Amino acid sequence: MTKAKSNYIIFGLFIGFSLVSLLINFEFGISIWNNFLVFAKDMILILPPAFVLIGLFDVWAKNETIEKHFGKTSSPLRFIWSILLASTTVGGTFVAFPVANALFHKGAKLSSIFTYVTSASLFMIPMTIMEASMLGIKFSAVRLISSIPFIIGGSILLEKVFEKTNYKLPVLDKNS
Amino acid sequence: MISLYIVTAVALVVSFFFDPTKTKNGLKKGFMKFSKTLPSYLKLLMLISLILLVSEDLIITYLGQENVFLGLVSSLVLGAITMMPGFIAYPLARILLNRGVPYMVITGFVTSLMLVGFVTYPLEKQYLGKKATILRNLMSFTVAGLIAIVSGIVYKEVLF
Repeated sequence: MTKAKSNYIIFGLFIGFSLVSLLINFEFGISIWNNFLVFAKDMILILPPAFVLIGLFDVWAKNETIEKHFGKTSSPLRFIWSILLASTTVGGTFVAFPVANALFHKGAKLSSIFTYVTSASLFMIPMTIMEASMLGIKFSAVRLISSIPFIIGGSILLEKVFEKTNYKLPVLDKNS
Repeated sequence: MISLYIVTAVALVVSFFFDPTKTKNGLKKGFMKFSKTLPSYLKLLMLISLILLVSEDLIITYLGQENVFLGLVSSLVLGAITMMPGFIAYPLARILLNRGVPYMVITGFVTSLMLVGFVTYPLEKQYLGKKATILRNLMSFTVAGLIAIVSGIVYKEVLF
């Protein structure tokens, strides 16, 4: 808790620094503030609805369903489900981390989790369209197609490492 | 973005219609997770704002160097430690391409930028735990390198 508090204090100092920069026209401070706004705008818009959906997912999604598609009882098709789910996750990894955590506690295997989180940053549909229009379709196609086997392979490998230690992801809503 | 709100609204209404108490519980859980990690999100935002400020010049200098191998390594490293939105990253990549930087180096940069999250570490750690975060990022870094090499082969920039 104290750590969280110190983070809020740092944030307060940051806001103060930015305000002063704006007042005295301190260019360095203003540039940081402008960068901050670029990211903050997205986060403020995306995070609240995302966490509402994650909460609803928590109470409605049945463990068996998740296990069947992402967990022990699933087929290798789970990698395709993970990638598809990732490409439809709005907000990239910022949202994918909490979703991955929820999926794990519903019984998803670690290899599904790693595939999901890793591809969430790679297969964002609007970003990919932008990339293809600026750097060429061939560029994006090579990049994305070649990444699929590497990501799945890497995720399976990581799962092997973690299986021995019975690794568990942190629990975030303890009093439930 | 609007679709996210529509989906959320529909899900809420449907959920509430079927089971109001469950819905309330869900909202409570969602809020609890959100408030627990909000400080990490804020920290992340501050870090990114600062890094973004110094990274652009570094990227142009280091990625454009003569030695392709060194260019690739610096593209992977710089991609890993920085983070920028697509509307800054892609025009930057376009500039590099026009300056004659090989596709391999640009692929390495773009992929490492997305896959490896040095600054997202405090956030990822909260959801996946320390060990998984570190190993997943190491794996991603390797994958980014491999993808860059594949693209180098496709564009005939490296020959084996």
